Amino acid sequence: MASRNTIVAHVEDRPGVLARVASLFRRRGFNIESLTVGHCEEPGLSRMTIVVDGDDHQVDQVCRQLFKLIDVVSVQDITYAPMLDRELALIKVSASNFNRREVLDVVEVFRADVVDVHAEALIIQVLGDEGKVDAAVRMFEQFGILEMVRTGRVAMRRGTETTKPPAISDSQQAAAAIRAMLGRRPEGVLPFASD
Amino acid sequence: MRLTGARILMECLRAEGVEVFFGYPGGVVLPLYNTLGEYPDIKHVLVRHEQAAAHAADGYARVAGRTGVCLATSGPGATNLVTGITTAYMDSVPMVVLTGNVARDLIGRDGFQEADITGITLPITKHNYLLMRASEIAPAVKEAFHIASTGRKGPVLVDIPKDVFIEEAEWDGYPQGVSLRGYPIMDVPREEEVDRAAETINAAKKPIIIAGHGVVQSEAQEELVKFAELSDTPVLTTLLGISGMPEDHELSYGFLGMHGHFYANMAADRADVVIGIGMRFDDRAMGRFSDFNPTAKIVHIDIDPAEIGKNFVTHAPVNGDVKETLSRLLPQIELNRHPEWRAEIDQIMTQHPTDYIEEGTALSGPWLVQALAEATQGDSTIVTGVGQHQMWAAQYYPYTKQRQWVTSGGLGTMGYEVPAAMGAQFAQQEPIWSICGDGGFQMTSQELQTVADHNLPVRFAIFNNGFLGMVRQWQELFYEHNYHSVDLGQPDFVKLAEAYGVRGVRATTRAEAMQLFRDLEGYDGPVVIDFQLEREENVWPMVPAGAALSETIESAEDL
Repeated sequence: MASRNTIVAHVEDRPGVLARVASLFRRRGFNIESLTVGHCEEPGLSRMTIVVDGDDHQVDQVCRQLFKLIDVVSVQDITYAPMLDRELALIKVSASNFNRREVLDVVEVFRADVVDVHAEALIIQVLGDEGKVDAAVRMFEQFGILEMVRTGRVAMRRGTETTKPPAISDSQQAAAAIRAMLGRRPEGVLPFASD
Repeated sequence: MRLTGARILMECLRAEGVEVFFGYPGGVVLPLYNTLGEYPDIKHVLVRHEQAAAHAADGYARVAGRTGVCLATSGPGATNLVTGITTAYMDSVPMVVLTGNVARDLIGRDGFQEADITGITLPITKHNYLLMRASEIAPAVKEAFHIASTGRKGPVLVDIPKDVFIEEAEWDGYPQGVSLRGYPIMDVPREEEVDRAAETINAAKKPIIIAGHGVVQSEAQEELVKFAELSDTPVLTTLLGISGMPEDHELSYGFLGMHGHFYANMAADRADVVIGIGMRFDDRAMGRFSDFNPTAKIVHIDIDPAEIGKNFVTHAPVNGDVKETLSRLLPQIELNRHPEWRAEIDQIMTQHPTDYIEEGTALSGPWLVQALAEATQGDSTIVTGVGQHQMWAAQYYPYTKQRQWVTSGGLGTMGYEVPAAMGAQFAQQEPIWSICGDGGFQMTSQELQTVADHNLPVRFAIFNNGFLGMVRQWQELFYEHNYHSVDLGQPDFVKLAEAYGVRGVRATTRAEAMQLFRDLEGYDGPVVIDFQLEREENVWPMVPAGAALSETIESAEDL
């Protein structure tokens, strides 16, 4: 079943890392829906949230191939884990004295914010999961969208579980931790068993 | 102590125990060449084309079992390495590739002889570096050798701008270790994976082992043989796995794949448990994926977790180094006997033998390889190019020792045979036999000069049929005999050899070939032998492109 899957990767904050990741996706023919990258709690590391289209096998390959990159410190597929995902959109909507009120009604329904006002347009900031942003965009379309930008998904596991890479110096333990992270089945169940 | 970047690099190579490296000078690496004279213990071999430097380092690495090193200047020097780097990458050969680049302030400005070699080699290296300070050289070189030679091995490129060679930095010895958080060593398999593999193998009725390059690279022949004997499992190899299993062993059943042995393909297709060891279930080995033995349970041992489950659903995956894994698996393997299964394969083997010798006087590929095997007691290191001669060399030479077989399997690089054999000869004293195609030989024959410079005892045996043989075979079989661009003109190979100061000889009959083998015994210089083969001989058996292993054919009539 093809679906949108969420992968979190921590990478060394070095020049060229994004090119390595992008090159890998391109040459392996992986279908990437979105990729966001930014700082995380640990200096020297960047955190990527990657949304991949594909079935379980393809997503597993993405994770394993990604991890082969030396600069990629950890990879976790959190699609099936309890998690929170958010996307931010800035939407410039055509709005004049005749319909501004209607636009603002929609803004209110989506608990969005107006972040810029002009006589002929509003910039609206929508924050939510992908579905909510999609729905907001559909509603604003009737007024005329002049320009739009979406950040792509960022995601985090709920509760105390994290996607943080293991801070382990011992190679054996690191290998075990990485193996546990790769593959979406729980620890102890081997990935890709046929039965 | 403060040293220039160039000296730091050379100190690093010395600390790594590099004895030989292959290179070609040019503008931006001049500061480095300026220091080479101070490091006479590190032999620099001047090649005649940078592609050859990469193939030579690759050939050296495969035979010596150590990391090969090559060097080129910026721009065209670096881009000429690309085919050699890709060849090594596809076959997981440990290599450290050094390139110069334009000075730092010119990078990104399309300077003279500038090429973005780290960008170009992104998809064909295990990792690469562009160093912007002399102080980065030592840690980067340490990491490069570590990454190249551990895990799934592969080429690592280190690109150094000209002024970084000149810049001074503090040298307080070679770094002791590396700190690579995203690169844990995954040699030791998980216990539960080993347990599951052992259960599956112990319960097998018709098991088969497919041994790949990982067996050779891990030097696990001894463990493999023990494992096969204990579980009474017939062993096939992939093309690159050849020499991982001694072929004189009763459990050795040749190699499988597009031109693999007939019985090997059938055995793989009929087994109930397929045990892949250090191999990657590649399409040339397995035939059409969807029709490869659909009922077999697959046990897959590999160092690279990304290979497991890539092409086939795997019943028992084991992520670990081959030697480590086999030594952990062995105590759990029960003594087993499969007389009926062995008899089944033996019967196929009797009905479809490989080791036949046709009558006649004309030189045929299979005959020539068998004659060579006899003349060398099956003891030589064989390097090949790509094509018909490669397949005959794989099918008919009885390999018994690890690292005895060197070929470009994954990328299939024609022209590999000349420089790879040249490089490999630096790893051993005994003459190397380079089995060449007449097409491939013409691609890289300039390296005869390098061979002559060092008086290397390589025997270049050109399997000369005047055709681009494998392409011709496909045009004959699949393109209605419509030959195009395969009838290769060629120089007089004997005269060509002599022009380089290399002994050149020719054989046109079997008797002449036999005489030649005797004449060459004890000769310690390079030789080019022009073996004039029958022109339109085909390689059999064959799995037509896109067919399944079970559809292996043995002659054109089977098509």
